[in-house]
Amino acid sequence: MKPSLRKVFKSFSIELPIYAGLAVVYVFLVLHFLAEWLHQVFTKNRPMYALLALGLIIGQGYVLELVTRGLLGLVNGKKEK
Amino acid sequence: MLFPISGVHINPALLALVGFVVGVFGGFFGVGGSFLAGPALFGFGVPMNFVVGTDLAHIVGKSIVAARKHRKLGNIDLKLGGIMALGTIGGVEVGAQFIQYLKKTAQIDAVVGISFIVILVGISSFMAWETFQTIKTRRGKAPAARAPDASAFQHIAKKLQRWGLPPYVDLPVSGIKRISVWTIVFVSFFGGFFSGFLGGGAGYIRMPSMIYLLGIPTHVAVGTDLFEIIISAGYGTFSHALKGNVDILIALVMHTGGAIGAQLGATMTQYFTGVRIRVAFIPLPLIGAAIILHGLLTGHKAP
Repeated sequence: MKPSLRKVFKSFSIELPIYAGLAVVYVFLVLHFLAEWLHQVFTKNRPMYALLALGLIIGQGYVLELVTRGLLGLVNGKKEK
Repeated sequence: MLFPISGVHINPALLALVGFVVGVFGGFFGVGGSFLAGPALFGFGVPMNFVVGTDLAHIVGKSIVAARKHRKLGNIDLKLGGIMALGTIGGVEVGAQFIQYLKKTAQIDAVVGISFIVILVGISSFMAWETFQTIKTRRGKAPAARAPDASAFQHIAKKLQRWGLPPYVDLPVSGIKRISVWTIVFVSFFGGFFSGFLGGGAGYIRMPSMIYLLGIPTHVAVGTDLFEIIISAGYGTFSHALKGNVDILIALVMHTGGAIGAQLGATMTQYFTGVRIRVAFIPLPLIGAAIILHGLLTGHKAP
């Protein structure tokens, strides 16, 4: 394995447990607070549900991209120090 | 745990794990990963119409992560992606309407499942044959003379690039001097139809089509396909959500694993040549086909 590729895997192996912890908390909160409300919207107002579904997944996409990139930067920064 | 919108019980950790695996493959191969995520959801007991819509939603979020990474690596041809969006959106709507028609006939699981298996096995077999031909051609040449992104189908791509139906465009990022807009729109409509019909971004069709039919270099095809998937899957999510085919809670949970997987996959493309990426892609559609076949034969039972 190339040394640079090994470095990538090393960074991810440090990032992964931190991210997993954050993801568990996030998933619990989403399922706890959003599940019933989204089910109600799904049943009663389908256009609103469609907009919410798209907005939620795009929003989560951007936020998680920032979180994963930030974590990776943090891990790499610490290793360089 | 109960997901009330689709009414199925699934372990959220398993969903996130599937999302992670699909994310790694998606980021690496430039596909949304529906050839794995769709069959996995079907295996968890999710009804087929929810499999199609939910898979699209999960792929939107994951592709944003991978596409941003590929953009930084210079792997996205925005001009090509913009033209492809026209054909893709039309194709997605036709595919989604076809799903609506099948919902009324009660044959949806069988028709979508069998179509999925045929397409996946076909793509895998074709890519295996093409890559074998490419490797055979490269074998006779000195290492320095081998093109890192050679394809045995280059002559077909060249012929299609010469198709004389105006208007034409040049695609400098992809190294194409002149190509008919209609060729690009036709290829993207085809991919869009399968995105709306089978779910996901249909990157498993669009990525090989871009390489073999349009002649796009593999790394640019990977990045541009992800950009295209955001458009097709985004439109597909909205369209399917209106029709009641999206369980957004399942998509959100899956995506938590997919986000980090996509980062890892996209980073790894820097370390492999185009031919190697294609070789590694070959078995993946077959795994998806096997999961669907298992679901159809066992009567769609959740594990």
